[in-house]
Amino acid sequence: MAQTLYDKLWNSHVVHQDEDGTCLLYIDRHLVHEVTSPQAFEGLRLAGRTAWRSKSVIATADHNTPTDNWDQDIQDPIAKQQVDTLDANLKNFDALDFYPFKHEKQGIIHVIAPENGATLPGMTVVCGDSHTSTHGAFGALAHGIGTSEVEHVLATQTLVAKKAKSMLIKVEGQLGKGVGAKDVALAIIGKIGTAGGTGYTIEFAGSAIRGLSMEGRMTLCNMAIEGGARAGIIAVDDTTIDYLRGRTHAPKGENWDKAVAYWKTLHSDADATFDTIVEIKAETIDPQVTWGTSPEQVLAVGGKVPNPANEADPVKRGSIERALQYMGLNADMPITDIRIDKVFIGSCTNSRIEDLREAAGIVKGKKKAASVKQVLIVPGSGLVKRQAEEEGLDKVFIEAGFEWREPGCSMCLAMNNDRLAPGERCASTSNRNFEGRQGAGSRTHLVSPAMAAAAAIAGHFVDVRDIL
Amino acid sequence: MKKFDLLDGLVCPLDRANVDTDAIIPKQFLKSINRSGFGPNLFDEWRYTDHGEPGMDCSLRPKNPDFVLNQPRFQGAQILLARDNFGCGSSREHAPWAIEDYGFRAIIAPSFADIFFNNCFKNGVLPIVLPEETVDSLFKECAAQEGYRLTIDLAAQTVTTPDGDAFPFEITAHRKHCLLNGLDDIGLTLRHAEKIKAFEEKRKAEQPWLF
Repeated sequence: MAQTLYDKLWNSHVVHQDEDGTCLLYIDRHLVHEVTSPQAFEGLRLAGRTAWRSKSVIATADHNTPTDNWDQDIQDPIAKQQVDTLDANLKNFDALDFYPFKHEKQGIIHVIAPENGATLPGMTVVCGDSHTSTHGAFGALAHGIGTSEVEHVLATQTLVAKKAKSMLIKVEGQLGKGVGAKDVALAIIGKIGTAGGTGYTIEFAGSAIRGLSMEGRMTLCNMAIEGGARAGIIAVDDTTIDYLRGRTHAPKGENWDKAVAYWKTLHSDADATFDTIVEIKAETIDPQVTWGTSPEQVLAVGGKVPNPANEADPVKRGSIERALQYMGLNADMPITDIRIDKVFIGSCTNSRIEDLREAAGIVKGKKKAASVKQVLIVPGSGLVKRQAEEEGLDKVFIEAGFEWREPGCSMCLAMNNDRLAPGERCASTSNRNFEGRQGAGSRTHLVSPAMAAAAAIAGHFVDVRDIL
Repeated sequence: MKKFDLLDGLVCPLDRANVDTDAIIPKQFLKSINRSGFGPNLFDEWRYTDHGEPGMDCSLRPKNPDFVLNQPRFQGAQILLARDNFGCGSSREHAPWAIEDYGFRAIIAPSFADIFFNNCFKNGVLPIVLPEETVDSLFKECAAQEGYRLTIDLAAQTVTTPDGDAFPFEITAHRKHCLLNGLDDIGLTLRHAEKIKAFEEKRKAEQPWLF
């Protein structure tokens, strides 16, 4: 019978199935960070259990770590305790890799696992972090889990799960100049809504998706969760295989050939059926900007902020009114009239080398607008930082008046000191524009790296296509 | 994990769609390495008018009188009535920990985000999906009647109003069994340890590069 990619990934990991369809799913890769793991390790210890397969674990500290003044260590004592707890839990644990704070390969967990070849096609990948969907870009079944499940995976190497429904999102055609994976992700969420993918695993397909680099595919799968889907996946092709060749944990020699032969089967069969199909023409996607406090509250850069008076549904109207009030915006104002205070380029969505190249391409030879108080460039990992410096991107940013920081999650969720003051407005390449996400009272507009860079120069949103 | 069988509880309505886990428990409280103590910071930014940080004595903080959790009639509520897509966003289990620590044992909404929904079951909190029009009518009844209570019978899979209207809800047999008996998954899963080992050995032989 014809199978979807999701069917293939799911079926190849079922250890046991109950009568009600609840399965035990074998987990190949377990990614661990400091925020969602301490209670899991403690639970394991209290129950007198040990890890089933510690070599499945890749760990790093990313959420709490500062992105400047590394010589001063972590100043926040509670954050430091959490990072120290991770260090203690990983000491003598025998993980496949552990990159503690300040390690040359430390960075955001969803950046470092792929760049070290620790995310491979056909794997199941979990992490106590909703953006684990990122790894679906490799034809892996990857999704976020809670801390109890982190403990469960540590103890049993399996997850109790029920199969989701399948959704195919097909983007056919050629993306326009200045339009990238982030715009595709936001446009999709604008179309299906933040709950559109709830209960589904989304497969992204179509010629526009095949045309994306691995970095772009990671950006897209990363945001599957903002569309409600725990997992987003993309079929394996030559782009996937070329990316993995030679990476630290990628198979070598004879195993490489065997692996590639298997990986090439990781696509949906031509006549496979899906529960839901969504089709989008690539040519219709413009650069996107969110205006509200949910990723679905998004518009093309040429649009105008919505007017709640035009919304018939009372719950939706209330959401628009609340969002406008929180965001300090007026109904019907053009997106390009929105002036910004700060810019953040980073996060597990957009902090890879290609994202930094995209931003630097816009910025080169220009200066940040005087009205923009701060522009943070936070590379996703130590390796991304080093690569960017070898290419001279750091100098482009510094000459423009931007700040070149150390890797980490930073202002995406503002657990460290990188945050907005109440009422401050930010053009951000991160993934969530929720109330308070970038600091209490913060106002976030989600955009692509190119759009964020262009806004930093202009002081307000501009259509990046006008300056390319 | 606490057992859940029958609950007759006061209902607190939270009339907003897309309530995300950042709103349920803001990030600064995620620095804790414990599982408990999050209740006073549940909905922190909506509940207090000052900025909350870990370690503050919440009983001394200025409260937002307009927020439902602060209204006298909803004190002691054990059932949270919510709107669509409740618990979206981050996978932080601190969200159900805060909800449980505050005293809620059940949440009723037209839909939940997947990860949050799943996390609730691990903590003895029962998330119940009811049709949108039913939830709408519960919101109306709750607004109209002070001291509005609902009875949740997990064994029978029903939510019953004071007027005796009973609404059925779905739950998988596995989750129901765990909640009714207060069972954690790990012990149950380890009964299949031999099967897991056999699966792993086969996988190792077929795809050695994964190990």
